[in-house]
Amino acid sequence: MHWFADQLLLFFQPQTLGLLFQAIGMTLALTVIGCGAGFLFAFLLVYARQTPGPLALPLRLAAIGFVELFRRIPFLVVTYLVLFSLAAFVSGLSLFIIAIVAISIYATGYLAEIIRAGLESVPRQQIEAAQAMNFSRWQTLVRVVIPQAWPVFIPPAFAFMVAFVKDTSLVSQIGVFELAFRGKELVNHGMSGLFAFGMIAMIYFLLSYPLTRLGRQLEKRLASSRNPEPQR
Amino acid sequence: MHHLEIQNLSASYGKLQVLDSISLSLAKGQVVALVGPSGSGKSTILRVLMGLTPATAGEVIIDGKPIDYRSPGDLRQVRDRMAIVFQQYNLFQNMDVMTNVTIAPVKIRGRARKEVEGEAVRLLARVGLADKHAAYPDQLSGGQQQRVAIARALALQPEILLLDEVTSALDPELVNEVLDTIRELAQDGMTMLIVSHEMAFVREVASKVILMDKGKVIEEGAPRDILDQPKTDRGREFMGKILRH
Repeated sequence: MHWFADQLLLFFQPQTLGLLFQAIGMTLALTVIGCGAGFLFAFLLVYARQTPGPLALPLRLAAIGFVELFRRIPFLVVTYLVLFSLAAFVSGLSLFIIAIVAISIYATGYLAEIIRAGLESVPRQQIEAAQAMNFSRWQTLVRVVIPQAWPVFIPPAFAFMVAFVKDTSLVSQIGVFELAFRGKELVNHGMSGLFAFGMIAMIYFLLSYPLTRLGRQLEKRLASSRNPEPQR
Repeated sequence: MHHLEIQNLSASYGKLQVLDSISLSLAKGQVVALVGPSGSGKSTILRVLMGLTPATAGEVIIDGKPIDYRSPGDLRQVRDRMAIVFQQYNLFQNMDVMTNVTIAPVKIRGRARKEVEGEAVRLLARVGLADKHAAYPDQLSGGQQQRVAIARALALQPEILLLDEVTSALDPELVNEVLDTIRELAQDGMTMLIVSHEMAFVREVASKVILMDKGKVIEEGAPRDILDQPKTDRGREFMGKILRH
């Protein structure tokens, strides 16, 4: 009991708390910026992959290659690859930027598959109706396909991002000051490892649980927006 | 001069040849009906005309000018001059009725929204859906959706209207409301190429009937001749089946 009180006291020092809040901010920033950028790149990748015609074959192959490659490499390995390849070309890049690049590359691969499945869930007849009325490829995508596909791809994309809150802990390996990194630091400063990582685990839980609930709500709302109540 | 002419048109889905050197023509204001057993290639002709299925051989000629479907300019032009109504309506599920009808004229053709909306109001009233502007497709019956699809096609002000089995997906009691709409269009002089299984209707509105089987034209002529006195065995067999049923 005495031990526990000591640890609590150590933990609730203003300095420790300050660092932890910064770390929470860092973890969330990595997740949101990394996955957000990944989402945009994933869209471009899917667009490239669906470009028709023989001239676009290299483009399609590159898009498929990217997705297949980065979905088969562990995230930690992607992180080191980005670290060492960027370090070779640019000096003085912050670890934060490197982590963001690694996360967005990794997220791009996964989100591209999620978005592609969503876009392909829209019946071909909807696209043909648009083509027959002279919609361009872009107009068809923006006005017909995406409005019908996003209720399908947003929930799994959001779920991917929520799950990634946890996986950002891996960038502590290259020294980014996020939550898991701060946990190690607390241990180095004399806090019990069990206690420190117990608290860190609780923080991860408190971050991801509400987000998961939010994702479920989102899914429900989107599902009902797809099928409005019959009027007749 | 023929308004629309198809010469020796062939098309295939993979290895399956669905059109085998088809020729036909359509004059301005004429209603031509394509009839024949399912799988005979009737709908494919309409798809080729709209540039949705590529032809493997043959030519489509409009007002004496051959169309090159690989040229974006030509493709755009045929899609401006012809409109198609699909068997399954294919209304945009994410748009209400008014938007379905106005989106292409406004956003694709760049016409003034006010003018197009006024026209859409008239068209929707004409197909009996004046009170459904704000409804979404999945709030409408099949017959209502198909009439919206016809209004949508008419809002494009096409020179030629292609109708692909527009009543086949409808419950029998909804067929007439759609046929009434098409009948009026025919009376107004709209040029139409119709794929239909409704023989009584074809007899009434079409001035020419083309009987197809296995991707070929097997008979062609006035409705009376083709429907009542088919000259070929295959024609007699098909008409016998249709009329008994």
